[in-house]
Amino acid sequence: MSLLFDNRASGAEDLHKKGFMQRLPMFLLNNFRQMIASLGGMWRTPSASFMTIMVLGLSLTLPATLHVLVKNVQSVSGSFDSASEITLFLKSNISETKSRNLLARVNLYPEVDSTQYISPKAAMEEFKALSGFGNALNYLDDNPLPAVILVRPTNSNRAPDAADALLAKLQKEREVELGKLDIEWLQRLNAIVRLLQESVYTLGILLLSAVVLIIGNTIRLSIMNKREEIEVMKLVGATEGYIQRPFLYTGIWYGFFGGFVAFLVLEMMLWWLGAAITRVAESYNNDFILQGLSFGEFGYLMLIAIGLGFAGSLFSVRRYVSQIEPEML
Amino acid sequence: MIHFKDVSKTYRGGVIALEKVSFHLKKGEMAFLTGHSGAGKSTLLKMISIMERPSAGSVLINNHDLTKITKKQVPYVRRDIGMIFQNHLLLRDHTVFDNVAFALIIEGYTRKEISKRVDVALDKVGLLNKARCRPDMLSGGEQQRVGIARAVVNKPPILLADEPTGNLDPELSKEILGVFEDFNQMGVSVLIATHDLGLIARMRYRTLTLSHGQVVNDGLHTPDGNRGRS
Repeated sequence: MSLLFDNRASGAEDLHKKGFMQRLPMFLLNNFRQMIASLGGMWRTPSASFMTIMVLGLSLTLPATLHVLVKNVQSVSGSFDSASEITLFLKSNISETKSRNLLARVNLYPEVDSTQYISPKAAMEEFKALSGFGNALNYLDDNPLPAVILVRPTNSNRAPDAADALLAKLQKEREVELGKLDIEWLQRLNAIVRLLQESVYTLGILLLSAVVLIIGNTIRLSIMNKREEIEVMKLVGATEGYIQRPFLYTGIWYGFFGGFVAFLVLEMMLWWLGAAITRVAESYNNDFILQGLSFGEFGYLMLIAIGLGFAGSLFSVRRYVSQIEPEML
Repeated sequence: MIHFKDVSKTYRGGVIALEKVSFHLKKGEMAFLTGHSGAGKSTLLKMISIMERPSAGSVLINNHDLTKITKKQVPYVRRDIGMIFQNHLLLRDHTVFDNVAFALIIEGYTRKEISKRVDVALDKVGLLNKARCRPDMLSGGEQQRVGIARAVVNKPPILLADEPTGNLDPELSKEILGVFEDFNQMGVSVLIATHDLGLIARMRYRTLTLSHGQVVNDGLHTPDGNRGRS
């Protein structure tokens, strides 16, 4: 495109006269060339590129690992969630039949999945067996233990709030002396998981900003190294965008490879730790399965890494390329 | 072609580089720009390639006012101007071919077209057999000719040269000027800044003389007669 000379023929001029759709393939082709060229540029300085990529990869590994950690803890605490059980202690002066009646009523609650009745006698037997008082309990005149109904809510009513509501409802039953839902520890666990999550995100943001800064600085150095070339390109009339693009693509490549390294390191770590974690889980009789990154999460990791690479390089390119102006000495 | 209208340039700190410079270089004309060091030769050339903007007055190329060119449009203006420098400004880690091809690659020429045009340009300056060399392997004169090939490869209508013979011996200087004359004969407007007065004396071209930022002689015997013609 010649601004000053209307009828000056040039190879590119013909392109500029064409419509957007005709220009697009050429634009894409040029972009593709620059993309491959910047990959070639990284290849020509293998050790420097390798170190940068490893630094990025390891910086990205930590947030990714923490994410996997939070995910697994959540799945564990999720399985605790569904274990909530309500214990109803019945009034001690209630007959066995009345208790059975209550049991039948409670069973009809839509929120209730199953119930278990423990008579005072059965409770006493259990207490004897587990408490270690043994025969000493025989000296008691009468059985001080109340009848107990264990209520297991349906799946949808096992969350702390819903279980709490069910407890309040059950406590209104005449025969119930006291209902107990041990959800405090559950709430505490949830709070701890949330705290862990928050701190992981905070730490993640810090590490991701580090990635942006690392890429920004790497690109800044490479702009400084190519100062002469940039000056010459500006002299012969390269547009700002044309000069900036190889650096942007380099940043994107750094992000891409850094993200991939993070993925590999994470998978290796999971593989390494997987056996040990499963053994620990087995000792708790828990059918716990260590979860890795899903395909979608891998995609997010790559997208985030590439995005950060782009952001870092864009920052440097905007700041430093325009500062370089050709000098005629 | 190149028209300066009362152009002044004051640098920060109050240094006056150019003061009310007016001249008109016609299409297809070749001229020398001379004057002592610091007379404003480089500043004047920088105004044409928009490496500097005038503090006052206006520069017109082909009747287009350069003060109206935005920062984004500057690259497109530079594509119409071939520039040659005393220190060549060649990229040392690229071959001669790549150095010349630069000017075409940025414009999005096809590979085939680039190869064809670079060969033509290198042939014109007599360096076709050195296309695969690196600039370091060439002599000073050869490096200067690579710079010329780069400046003319996209056939610009204007050629600017800043001390193109600065550190060359007289024989090579003459050869370089011969190359400029060839382009001039093809209709390119050429403006060469030099303080090599001996060189100018041997050639019969218009000579603009700058002194302390002012045109003391615009090379036409009737300086006022030039005004108004464009």
